[in-house]
Amino acid sequence: MKPNQAELNRNLAQMLKGGVIMDVTTPEQAKIAEAAGACAVMALERIPADIRAAGGVSRMSDPAMIKGIQEAVSIPVMAKCRIGHIAEARILEAIEIDYIDESEVLSPADDLHHIDKTKFAVPFVCGARDLGEALRRIAEGATMIRTKGEPGTGDVVQAVRHMRKMQSEIRRVTSLREDELYEVAKELQVPVELLKEVHSTGKLPVVNFAAGGVATPADAALMMELGAEGVFVGSGIFKSGDPAKRAAAIVQAVTNYKDAKKLAELSENLGPAMVGINADEIETIMEERGK
Amino acid sequence: MRVGVLALQGAFIEHELYYKNLGHEVFEIRQLADLSLFSLTNHYPPTTNNSLLILPGGESTVQVKLLKDLGLYEPLKAMIAAGLPTIGTCAGLILLANHFQLLPVTVKRNAYGRQLGSFTYVGTFDGKANVPMTFIRAPAIESISKGVEVLSEFEGKATAVRYKNITAFCWHPELNS
Repeated sequence: MKPNQAELNRNLAQMLKGGVIMDVTTPEQAKIAEAAGACAVMALERIPADIRAAGGVSRMSDPAMIKGIQEAVSIPVMAKCRIGHIAEARILEAIEIDYIDESEVLSPADDLHHIDKTKFAVPFVCGARDLGEALRRIAEGATMIRTKGEPGTGDVVQAVRHMRKMQSEIRRVTSLREDELYEVAKELQVPVELLKEVHSTGKLPVVNFAAGGVATPADAALMMELGAEGVFVGSGIFKSGDPAKRAAAIVQAVTNYKDAKKLAELSENLGPAMVGINADEIETIMEERGK
Repeated sequence: MRVGVLALQGAFIEHELYYKNLGHEVFEIRQLADLSLFSLTNHYPPTTNNSLLILPGGESTVQVKLLKDLGLYEPLKAMIAAGLPTIGTCAGLILLANHFQLLPVTVKRNAYGRQLGSFTYVGTFDGKANVPMTFIRAPAIESISKGVEVLSEFEGKATAVRYKNITAFCWHPELNS
């Protein structure tokens, strides 16, 4: 492994900023996503809404299927492994995936430990609901963070809650005296060095995207307004009436999230959005997986 | 100096911070109206005295799509062709060479493979030694035309070039500045 691999992996996340990462299940969908302006695609066998509907154990996708998507597009390809599943992560690294999502969307393989991501050359993105979770994942070697939201619901409320909480905790940390950080590190169960970095920079040490329940250009713009540096869209695109049009509209909404007139144009005639399910009506709460 | 940074997608904030720290006036280009910010007199086409355009790293497929969707592609190309000083890094280089065709070099995308092929190299840039150069899923300059000045090289290939009003990089000076 190169000595500065973690830095290079943080740098790749920087290049993805201001972009939309889309879940795709086939090379055809990957091509639609790339043509619509996705900055990366997440290759998986079933999108979260279908994982939720199917129930059962959800695992890493077939490497052959992931390779098919790698060959179909020129943009970075990500794939998910189960929380704590070191072997799935090694397999994804072996097929030279560009980013691994150690994801609560799949069934956790380990209910105590996350993967020690510092032992991998390949970069990892992890979900977080608050500053504590984010910094714990970064301490384990994650070089990109996303909100967990509640995947596969089309309901953005959890992603909003997680992003707001993270940002308000960051603001609180920056307002403290430096000698107060030791106590906060204890409270958040995080290394004090990472907390000091948040204190001096006013942001997470890695790029922070929004994910979970984003279904419309307005949802994407909302997450950017709340401080996201980019957006993951899972079920929202290929569960909607006109995926290509909706995908392109969400990409433009992320770039022009401050321009309400533009957002209005983008929101017109997109066809039906994914039907969705209210986050408080569901049985499987994915966001509680992996703390 | 007035520095306009194309802020559609990618690592544009890194460039903005760099030029702000140097005391320059920095603005973002997100839509057509923003191009008039190059000129203090607020007319179109803008006068571009004492201005600099930055085309940052990111995904070139996304940036080209957004440039076209937002009607920025042709106006921006025309301004660069008319002499607006321009710096392109990574995706910016691909834009200048393969899309705008204003930089006569051939560029291959993702020439060093996927993310596991990303690397840092310390070399000489424009006569300055020990410059760290970060290549992230980087493109390579395969060949250059006459009149293109080579500013840095790696394994015998140009990694930064200057041509007329354009300076372009395969690597990311903004990540190590």
